[in-house]
Amino acid sequence: MTEKKLAIIATKGTLDWAYPPFILASTAAALGYETEIFFTFYGLQLLKKELNLQVSPLGNPGMPMPMPVPVLLQALPGMQSMMTMMMKQKMKSKGVASLEELRELCQEAEVRMVACQMTVDLFEFSTSDFIDGIEYGGAATFFEFAGDSDICLYI
Amino acid sequence: MADFDRELDASGLNCPLPILRAKKTLADMESGQVLHIIATDPGSVKDFEAFAKQTGNELMSSGEEGGKFTFLMKKS
Repeated sequence: MTEKKLAIIATKGTLDWAYPPFILASTAAALGYETEIFFTFYGLQLLKKELNLQVSPLGNPGMPMPMPVPVLLQALPGMQSMMTMMMKQKMKSKGVASLEELRELCQEAEVRMVACQMTVDLFEFSTSDFIDGIEYGGAATFFEFAGDSDICLYI
Repeated sequence: MADFDRELDASGLNCPLPILRAKKTLADMESGQVLHIIATDPGSVKDFEAFAKQTGNELMSSGEEGGKFTFLMKKS
């Protein structure tokens, strides 16, 4: 049986949207897929040594809230960090893995992680901001792997 | 009650951790050995079926006892 391949593009840098790439990549690796994640734009935040991802209720009417909060109040200082804290507590109480743990599991399972060089330069990030063991490349690097993939996701 | 060689308690863990822990435990086992898995995530019932199908490890049994889901998986 030839190994199946999964290619993911991770473009979002919020706490909630950081989960799908790492959950799918780690699970795919456990199922025997050869897996690559290409991180671009805000997705680069997922590669930072220190993850400090936030979740915001703003512009997200689908987020379940313990009580209804009017949009203008959601914009008040401190609301975002409060929502982030509540979300993290909720996740912990439900046995949802931390992002750090999932990312580590991905690395253990040899998920290939590629940071988009163009956006690293655009945001003036330093490679020392990022975890070890990642590669840097561009669109052509992505297609080299994705061109042979069985599943390709844009998240 | 069938015998097993190793046990994995994934109680309290949510998707995809039970699968990932099972995969890791199976990696340390010999072919033909049986892993007993305990989980509380209701999604794990479907997930372990799918995991078995895709990895070739045999899901010998799957059951529920007192709110916990138990599985016996034989390593391929």
